[in-house]
Amino acid sequence: MSYLPYILAAWLFLVGLYGIVTSRNLIHLAVCLTVMQSSTYVLLLAIGYKHRGTAPVFYGAPVGSRAVDPVVQALTLTDVVVSVTVVALILALALDVHRDARTLDPDEIAAFEG
Amino acid sequence: MSRRTRIAVCCVALAGLAALLVASVIDLPAFGHYQGAYGNQLNREAVPERHTTNVVTAIVFDYRGFDTLAEEFILFASVVGVTLLLRRAKDSEDEHEVLRKAPDDRTRSDAVHVAGLALIPPLFLLGLWLVAFGLVTPGGGFQGGVLLAGALFVVFLAAGFRAYYELTPTPWLDFAEGSGAAAFTLLGVGALLAGASYLHNFLGPGPRGTLDSGGSLPLLNWATALEVTAAMLLLFSEFLERYVAPGVRPLP
Repeated sequence: MSYLPYILAAWLFLVGLYGIVTSRNLIHLAVCLTVMQSSTYVLLLAIGYKHRGTAPVFYGAPVGSRAVDPVVQALTLTDVVVSVTVVALILALALDVHRDARTLDPDEIAAFEG
Repeated sequence: MSRRTRIAVCCVALAGLAALLVASVIDLPAFGHYQGAYGNQLNREAVPERHTTNVVTAIVFDYRGFDTLAEEFILFASVVGVTLLLRRAKDSEDEHEVLRKAPDDRTRSDAVHVAGLALIPPLFLLGLWLVAFGLVTPGGGFQGGVLLAGALFVVFLAAGFRAYYELTPTPWLDFAEGSGAAAFTLLGVGALLAGASYLHNFLGPGPRGTLDSGGSLPLLNWATALEVTAAMLLLFSEFLERYVAPGVRPLP
């Protein structure tokens, strides 16, 4: 069972990717990308986890007490911010596509251009 | 390629990728048996060295401050991108025009009003607390900033578009968002002027476990909070404007 969080991360990544490939709607595609990206949060936090480790905040806990890795938590924070900005940009682009092509289906947009 | 073939090809590729991913995680240290050197070293040394008891925030604004500078500009650039895509033309009449065209969506349910009023002050306070004590207890500029913006989203939920729009004028948001990014950059220059390297903690660490334990790091923290709050509100406002008053911004 000790690999379960890593397998979960791989599963989220693959399921998100499958959603993107089979997507029929650009907004659905953006949500699938978020699912895919959330696999990186799970992976980062799982790598930094220590059994019986507390949060890496030493207010009230003595320095040297067993704590999980703070670096991957900071990386996850960056990751979340990037995820939000990417989704916002994709949704804005989807609005533009809908204005021009009157559809959000990626397949129909290709047909519309060709 | 037809849709069916594409999905079949994709499934084969995904199966291959799944095998590779599983093969690669099997060699990772087992879950809970962390062996990284950096994390342990920072947990040992960050508090004695920097006096900030929240090591994650210390990493974000101090040890990896340069990365956070880049992250600020990722956020800034994407908000500018969304604004450019959604806001086609801008003149002084726009604000009034948006308010005139917007449908009347005032909330009429007293229960929603009361729930909103009960939610907004605690949310706002919690946001300020998360930012202020970000270097001492769990929290920080990013987390607190999102919560501060969330408190204002509740205004929209509880009172409707007009109340929200009048409370968060877009020019102010533009200004706040730019100032947040600028403040972060200039605080780095401040360290240069103090004779240290860029983004160095030029005020020096204060007493451990207090609000000024971070020296100049809380300033970076507040600059980030300002930028994140403004960025979240701007993104929300731009999408909302397109929704409530789609014809106001003329197309090119």
